[in-house]
Amino acid sequence: MLERKAQAGTLESSDCLVMVEPSASPKFEYGGQNAAIYRRRVLGIIEEIAARYDGTASVRIEDHGAVEMTLRARIETAFERASGKE
Amino acid sequence: MPNKSAGRRNSRPCRSVLYIPGNNPSMLQHAPVFGADGVLLDLEDSVQGREKDAALRLVSHFVRDTDFGNVIVTVRVNGADTPWFERDLEEIVPARPDAIRIPKCHSPESIGHADKIIGQLEKKHGLVPGSVKIHAMLETALGIERAYDIAAASERVEALTLGGQDLTADMGVQKTRDGVELMYARGRVVMAAKALSKLAFDTVWTDLNDADGLANEAKLAVQMGFSGKAAIHPSQVEVINEAYRPNPKELRRAFRIVEAADIAEREGKGVVSVEGRMVDAPVVTRAYSLIELGRLYGINKEADL
Repeated sequence: MLERKAQAGTLESSDCLVMVEPSASPKFEYGGQNAAIYRRRVLGIIEEIAARYDGTASVRIEDHGAVEMTLRARIETAFERASGKE
Repeated sequence: MPNKSAGRRNSRPCRSVLYIPGNNPSMLQHAPVFGADGVLLDLEDSVQGREKDAALRLVSHFVRDTDFGNVIVTVRVNGADTPWFERDLEEIVPARPDAIRIPKCHSPESIGHADKIIGQLEKKHGLVPGSVKIHAMLETALGIERAYDIAAASERVEALTLGGQDLTADMGVQKTRDGVELMYARGRVVMAAKALSKLAFDTVWTDLNDADGLANEAKLAVQMGFSGKAAIHPSQVEVINEAYRPNPKELRRAFRIVEAADIAEREGKGVVSVEGRMVDAPVVTRAYSLIELGRLYGINKEADL
């Protein structure tokens, strides 16, 4: 269950900043240098991770060139923090 | 060939072990290409308390999904006296690093505790029992004095590592350039490791502006018998690797010893002799490992010297 607003990651090069908060309907905002290229792939990762939690989320990502492993780790951490598990 | 029962990794030289801060994606994604024989992904001192969860997640993804090639992958977890220790092991063991470095080992019991948890996790996740090794970090006076017992506490302990920063603080002395204050600890750690055919890793050199100091300390580590030395910055890796470059004269002799040993084996002779002198088995073993080391510098045969 998502309970609160949370974030994970940084704005440093090769990293991304992920902000997650509970919302009435799913929202996705994706910014950064590669935003146009990787939008669909990132959305897929978010959907996969969000499915592990009850409730819908608004997710905002500022991507500074994160590889997929980093994106996954940051999104997972933000969701965990938002769910109050961390 | 000599008996290589010490294991695959024991026969693979690990001269340099580069620390990578666990919450730094940029460093993590380049971890395999800095030229270090081993990398040490750190969840402990380089990660702030409120970022422990993020670093753990990041490191576990990188250990799982990165192709590290021949690079030996070690993860330094938080100590057993912290709230993160068990969670770190739960996430990292199934990602199958080569080894887990456990900080602040004071006693054989601390190894027993970690050994038990790692063993349970290996079982739970279907890993080969004993495949995830322990590198025990000795960084207190008590840990140094119990080095042998700590190394002997479990088969899983593959290496002892010296933590000079915390140790000098615990001793109440300054870490100096020539490192006299650490001589006893170095000797003790190496001897305990050697007595049990385990690896020994030397502490870090912290002054990034003093490459000569690092080179001297790395040579000392080689001279004393350390298997490798930790690096805190990619620029230190080459200096450390260079310190391990075998002496050409010694390497030339190693090629001759190995050649003689091969002939002796073919002819079914028990005794190896080179230039009319008998060579003992430990010398033959050392010749093989020297040749293996030489390969890392592109020296594959006597003519390459």
